[in-house]
Amino acid sequence: MKEITILSGKGGTGKTSITAALASVAEHAVLCDSDVDAADLHLLLHPQKKEEYTFSGGWIVQIDQAKCSLCKTCLELCRYGAIHYSRDGQLEINPFQCEGCRLCEKKCPANAITSIRNNNNYWYVSETRFGIMVHAKMSPGEENSGKLVSRIRIRAREIATDDNLQYIINDGPPGIGCTAISSLTGSHAVLMVTEPTKSGLHNLKRLVELIAGFSIPAYAVINKYDIDLELSSEIESYLKDNTIPLLEKIPFTPDVIKAMIEGKTITEYKPDSEITKCIKKIWEMIK
Amino acid sequence: MPFKIAIASGKGGTGKTTFAVNLYWFLANKYSSSIKLVDCDVEEPNDIIFFPEAEIKEEKVVFQDIPEIVLKQCTFCRKCAEYCEFNAIVVIPPARFAEVNKSLCHSCGACLEACNDNAIKEKKEPIGSINYYRINRGNGIKEGILKIGSVMQTMMIRELKKSVSSNNEIIIFDAPPGTSCPVVETVADADYVILVTEPTPFGLYDLQLSVDLLNDMKKPFGVIINKAGMGDDQVYNYLKEEGLTLLGEIPFSREYAVKYAKGELLNDIPDIIDENFRIIAGELENRLIQYEGNNYFKW
Repeated sequence: MKEITILSGKGGTGKTSITAALASVAEHAVLCDSDVDAADLHLLLHPQKKEEYTFSGGWIVQIDQAKCSLCKTCLELCRYGAIHYSRDGQLEINPFQCEGCRLCEKKCPANAITSIRNNNNYWYVSETRFGIMVHAKMSPGEENSGKLVSRIRIRAREIATDDNLQYIINDGPPGIGCTAISSLTGSHAVLMVTEPTKSGLHNLKRLVELIAGFSIPAYAVINKYDIDLELSSEIESYLKDNTIPLLEKIPFTPDVIKAMIEGKTITEYKPDSEITKCIKKIWEMIK
Repeated sequence: MPFKIAIASGKGGTGKTTFAVNLYWFLANKYSSSIKLVDCDVEEPNDIIFFPEAEIKEEKVVFQDIPEIVLKQCTFCRKCAEYCEFNAIVVIPPARFAEVNKSLCHSCGACLEACNDNAIKEKKEPIGSINYYRINRGNGIKEGILKIGSVMQTMMIRELKKSVSSNNEIIIFDAPPGTSCPVVETVADADYVILVTEPTPFGLYDLQLSVDLLNDMKKPFGVIINKAGMGDDQVYNYLKEEGLTLLGEIPFSREYAVKYAKGELLNDIPDIIDENFRIIAGELENRLIQYEGNNYFKW
């Protein structure tokens, strides 16, 4: 089994559009949307949900005002500055600043602090026209997104093993922080989608450094390469210097947005186009 | 107190940075020179690319306190491991083994409170740095830059924001994409949030996620549609149906995209862009007056 993760560093370079297009030409693949923060792959693949699971996220910690003696122990212990005085002089916890360490709960002399799990996160196993897809819906502001990514990737691997499928195509998040790292760990190959902008190149370099730390083979495509030919060739020479194979340069076309509006992949919308040929070539090379 | 504006979006690549950089430039030139731009996208900070003349004035390394277990003093009672909510501590008493996993530790200090044997000491580990750049307009740019491989982006943002002086009239926070904890940290103390979206199905879906988050956080916000004319009308219909504020639009132009690509956004700003920013700044000014003296949005 080979798990291919699509990353970019910079957001909006075309990860999801390219992932969906690869899904349309790949055979024997499980699809996984690891961009749980802003999952968009379902907008092109229209999954039919077959299984639904809840995912335990962070803790919701609360102070019972009736029991609180205002001793300030919690206020002094909290390193996240999440505990505040309310307007009427009571102590309260700002759920968006709280990281759920529960130290305040353990140390409260009045036993006035309690926690419950946030169970408002879901993940799904679904069917799509290109095969099985594993994806998630996270509650806004959730702090455990890295763990959710690990969870759905485990399921994708189980499905690939059980159904004897050869590939997992994994759509990753932007950035190089915890969810990107969770998407990367244990992948067999990374496809980096970049664009010819200064920001794109700057972020690509940080991503390359991150991937190098994991010793995973990395491949690149330059999307919308004809927006700036000069920067495209700068990226090409950067890739060459770092011995990263450039699989394809994809031209800019408004058809990608038109396909998205119709809820289709670019390969379905324009099957005979230049870009469809590019996608097929990329898949042949990376699979 | 400064007026704090956060620029956010669920989807990446909608134009947060383009908007933040332009807004800083416009307000610094036409409204107040007491303005600072803070790049909170610590995983991939890009604001500085658009100010080639920027001069670095200060670089400060940010550290995380990581606990270390002193085996000589440890009685392997496992109390620290029980206190740790992040499963970052492994204690195996028969093997006389006790260790903290750095990449899981949130530096909450619970293990120190748990230990009765004085066997835990904290050690400083670098997680990134805060850079301050002076530019020829306004009070310059601060950026946080996360060390590659670190997962402590939220702590990095918190430290970056702590380092910004309140001696600014206006502070602009450029947020990372998404809707999870780094975004929450960025908008947490903002007085007003501007969501930048694009008129495409991906833009719309991720905008809805951001709107849910800001409603949960009870933050006042307005929306900018970037690359207007590129997609369809769904975002406009959504804003109308939900009664959300459309602060302005920035038209899609290939010529402007090329300027962005080269990092030359602020050279010869096209008239149409300048005019759009004039409208947006006017809308913001109305809100500034509206919220002044009223602290319901404060934490």
